[in-house]
Amino acid sequence: MALTVDVVLEGIKEIVVEVAGIDAGAIAMDKKFTDDLDVDSLSMVEVVVAAEEKFGVKIPDEEVTKMATVGDAVNFIVANSK
Amino acid sequence: MTRRRVVVTGLGATTPLGGDVSSTWEALLAGKSGVRKLEDEWAQSASTSFAARVAVEPAEVMERVEMRRLDRSEQFAMIASREAWKDAGAPDIDKERLGVVIASGIGGVITMLDQYDILKTKGARSVSPHTVPMLMPNGPAANVGLELQARAGVHTPVSACASGAEAAGYALEMIRNNRADIVVTGGVEAAIHELPMSGFASMKALSTRNDDPAKASRPYDKDRDGFVLGEGGGVLVFEELEHAKARGAKIYAEVMGQGLTSDGYHIAAPDPDGAGVTRAVKFALQDAGIPLSEIVHLNAHATSTPAGDVAEANALANALGDHISHVAVSATKSMTGHLLGGAGAIESIFCVLAMYHHKAPPTINIENLDEAVTVDVVRDFPRDLPEGSIACLNDSFGFGGHNVVLVFRSYEG
Repeated sequence: MALTVDVVLEGIKEIVVEVAGIDAGAIAMDKKFTDDLDVDSLSMVEVVVAAEEKFGVKIPDEEVTKMATVGDAVNFIVANSK
Repeated sequence: MTRRRVVVTGLGATTPLGGDVSSTWEALLAGKSGVRKLEDEWAQSASTSFAARVAVEPAEVMERVEMRRLDRSEQFAMIASREAWKDAGAPDIDKERLGVVIASGIGGVITMLDQYDILKTKGARSVSPHTVPMLMPNGPAANVGLELQARAGVHTPVSACASGAEAAGYALEMIRNNRADIVVTGGVEAAIHELPMSGFASMKALSTRNDDPAKASRPYDKDRDGFVLGEGGGVLVFEELEHAKARGAKIYAEVMGQGLTSDGYHIAAPDPDGAGVTRAVKFALQDAGIPLSEIVHLNAHATSTPAGDVAEANALANALGDHISHVAVSATKSMTGHLLGGAGAIESIFCVLAMYHHKAPPTINIENLDEAVTVDVVRDFPRDLPEGSIACLNDSFGFGGHNVVLVFRSYEG
């Protein structure tokens, strides 16, 4: 079953709350990981590894560098889910 | 040009006796032991099943997200430095004149071992990106430096169990040499884990008094059988005297000098002649430039090992000559256990408080004083120290043959 945007967004919210301690209400599709959510480059690695595990999707490093916003990550995961 | 003088204007600690300086000092004067049986599963079958864990877990005073990015040793450093900085009045200072020197004996060994377990069970990609900043021995100093935005220099001397004292000496020189006006200094350790404990046990360095942990750390007692591993740390704010006076800071004591030597004898065993210790005491007294008669107290390294305690006491007697009979010697590891890289730091705090309150903390657990110990040990109850200007020594030694002696003096204004 393919993942929906809503499901993935909820999952990413949970991960960012766990990794960065951000209030879930502050996390939305248009928020930038670095500027808006205080997720630095090291924590971004944690988010990616946790997301891979949660959604069973491989996220290559070159894709990670393009993921500026939460929406970028969510859309990549939805597009690449089986 | 006269030498820049250095005073202590802030203290912070998290130790097996308390989560801060005041609770630690109170328990110390009351002669309480911080040594307890370990609850960890691995400890149950270990040759030594006890240690001195911190009295207050970091989770009680620190946010979860901050904790997961910090090794336990770094957590101790942050907790102690926040208390010390606040105690100093959180001074508004040019950050280019602010330094940090915080030591660790072993570094983030728990992080290294935990991440190795993850590597073996879940694979390389699951290893935390925070692993290296958490395991590096300069991590505690670096994290405190970041929080305070210290820009005069952030340093980490590593000399095993002398590390915390060496850090204080380094901080003293930073201010004397005009590199900084304030230096936040100390030492931390978090090594209560199966591997380091097994290593110490293999060396026959740890006490195995499993039937009575609180009585296991017994420096100078005839039946001492090794040290008790402790964890935690201490942080002191060192400040240039005129700088402290100008802002009306509370001054606990003056840092008078340091003496550093090395044994060149053995990687772990103390030189039985204690020549390196004797020389370090002499250098420290020369550096301090005070009359021997002012030295009324000494916080000994005394870890409760059969070889170490007597070698140290003999070396001190050699260095101080007849004056040794006027020096009240306290072995506070009898209560805190041995904090390795944190030991020199918390014992410096105890020295500073002894000068401030004119009171020497006790040594507990001496049932039969070893006849070879000729120094005047403060036993069971604290002892009042003379009024007026007094000074004390804090000596620390580390595997590798490192000897560090610090001199603190009461500040009379």
